[in-house]
Amino acid sequence: MPTDKDTFFIAGKPFQSRFLLGTGKFKNKQEMQATIRNSGAQIVTVALRRIDMETHQENILEYIPEDITLLTNTSGARNAKEAIRIAHLARESGYGDWIKIEVINDSKYLLPDNAETLEATRVLAQEGFIVLPYISADLYVARALVDAGAATVMPLGSLIGSNQGLKTKAFLKILIEEIDIPVIVDAGIGLPSQAAAAMEMGADAVLVNTAVATAQHPEIVAQAFAWATQAGRLAYLSRLRHPQDAAEASSPLTGFLYEQPASSANDQKGSVTTDNDQ
Amino acid sequence: MTLLPLAQIRTCLNDTRPESLEQLARQAHQTTVQNFGRTISLYAPIYLSNYCSSHCAYCGFSRHHKIKRYKLTEPEMRREMEAVAEKGIENILLLTGESYTATPLAYLETAVRTAREFFSSITLEVHPMEEAEYRHLFFCGADGITLYQETYDLQRYQHLHTAGKKQDYHFRRRAPFYAAQAGMRTISLGVLLGLFDVAEDLFSLYQHLREMERTFPGVEYSLSFPRLQPVKGENFQAAYVDDITLIKIICLTRIAFPRVGINLSTRESARLRDHAIELGVTRLSAESSTVVGGYALDRSADTSPQFDIQDTRSVKQIIRRLKEKQFDPVLTDWRPIANETLRSDT
Repeated sequence: MPTDKDTFFIAGKPFQSRFLLGTGKFKNKQEMQATIRNSGAQIVTVALRRIDMETHQENILEYIPEDITLLTNTSGARNAKEAIRIAHLARESGYGDWIKIEVINDSKYLLPDNAETLEATRVLAQEGFIVLPYISADLYVARALVDAGAATVMPLGSLIGSNQGLKTKAFLKILIEEIDIPVIVDAGIGLPSQAAAAMEMGADAVLVNTAVATAQHPEIVAQAFAWATQAGRLAYLSRLRHPQDAAEASSPLTGFLYEQPASSANDQKGSVTTDNDQ
Repeated sequence: MTLLPLAQIRTCLNDTRPESLEQLARQAHQTTVQNFGRTISLYAPIYLSNYCSSHCAYCGFSRHHKIKRYKLTEPEMRREMEAVAEKGIENILLLTGESYTATPLAYLETAVRTAREFFSSITLEVHPMEEAEYRHLFFCGADGITLYQETYDLQRYQHLHTAGKKQDYHFRRRAPFYAAQAGMRTISLGVLLGLFDVAEDLFSLYQHLREMERTFPGVEYSLSFPRLQPVKGENFQAAYVDDITLIKIICLTRIAFPRVGINLSTRESARLRDHAIELGVTRLSAESSTVVGGYALDRSADTSPQFDIQDTRSVKQIIRRLKEKQFDPVLTDWRPIANETLRSDT
């Protein structure tokens, strides 16, 4: 079983950890740093809007270890144009080309706008950005994103910050089955067991933020998530059989083909005879 | 559209049992942490002008007051902004009295363009405007507006506002819609506590907010609940809203609107603010001056504040306190993305 070298690639870059971490909502930067370290995450997301370029305050980037791949997100963008502007700003500011597109035009549910996300992805991928779009789990949009040059798709498990887990499970399964670029389940994962479930289904990776950042001990919880992610991955790779709802006879429909004919006495009474007739 | 029923708001406000309040507070605390984590945004106001054509019976800037009137010149604005930016403030709230003649669109444009050099996010708390004017200021670099209805009771409103454009209740209530239509990212609504029945005003405010959310879901909304303070030379008798009621309002609002920001200004005490951030408040002003030219021009001797400051701590002190309380102070929460490039024709 391929456990040691279970590498996955985004835009050709290899990663060992399939646990991605968001950096919002932490109570301080030191704790965030310790949590990144403890989780073993190799990719972390940072909202460009929260980077204090003027360094009036502690610059969040100083707390992100250098070997980590920085994934700047476009938090605050309400349409494709704004997301593109934010991506350009990130690039001009020297934060690299990895951009997580978040286009959200609903401050109550924080659901992504798939159409605008697709548009932003098309433009930015053409400009050479490594684009990881955050989407509602929709097959057509996911396919269009592949065509538009997205590096991954990041469908939501449930509403951001809700800890509701994999409410979109049936649709995630479809994306995992049909989409050939990495599928990273993002948003709503509130428990390590939910991260494991996403990975058992065959997701390539998961991204968690709120459940970790708002925990009493984020660095421990992050480790629990990272382990659960790994456990789920191993289960997936081992083709672990999924539990069934009820006990099942081994071959209820075709077993008769392999059974010995019943007693000859019954045969003599004819095939229509049942126990009740006796 | 579901709304917290008025009767339920009233029942909650009238419930005097400490255990009910503690339970409410727990729910509000949990909702806040879930949605915002332990982060608090900081901002500061700059008073550009105290000219006002309104007559609001409760306000220190009201036009019938014989106070010295002043508006900052462009170089003065710059000095004020520089002084505030040096403290580390990135989110600025630019305020004027409501005068369409003393602080017209061109004046506000100058202020916004100047502020763009110093701050990452700019909010205007000025007279209500038409959509085209808001759009113009948005393209100049303004990101949001603050506009309080003061009270939502029409009769009470008309009684309290007897001069100037502010007499037009309906225009004021519509103006935030115009601002959203114009592209503004953040909109802050509020009531002035003490003007009218609190439960009714709260209900109407929630109704206003829900209407706005329905029409413009992409805007980031926040609410404010300033409490009326005694105004010099005014014998205006306000219904005093005590600390317990204010905290209940904050908790109720948090539970009813889990993702909406709640602002609390320096007109409240340090002690109350330090506790309120656990219960739903997400934005604090810091080291504010409510005097025109109060940061760098030392005009405090000859112009009056709009209201008196209770929490006089410096930005540094507030940051230190937030950290002690295990909160992450957020100074930068927006990147100027050149709003003018978002014009539909570009």
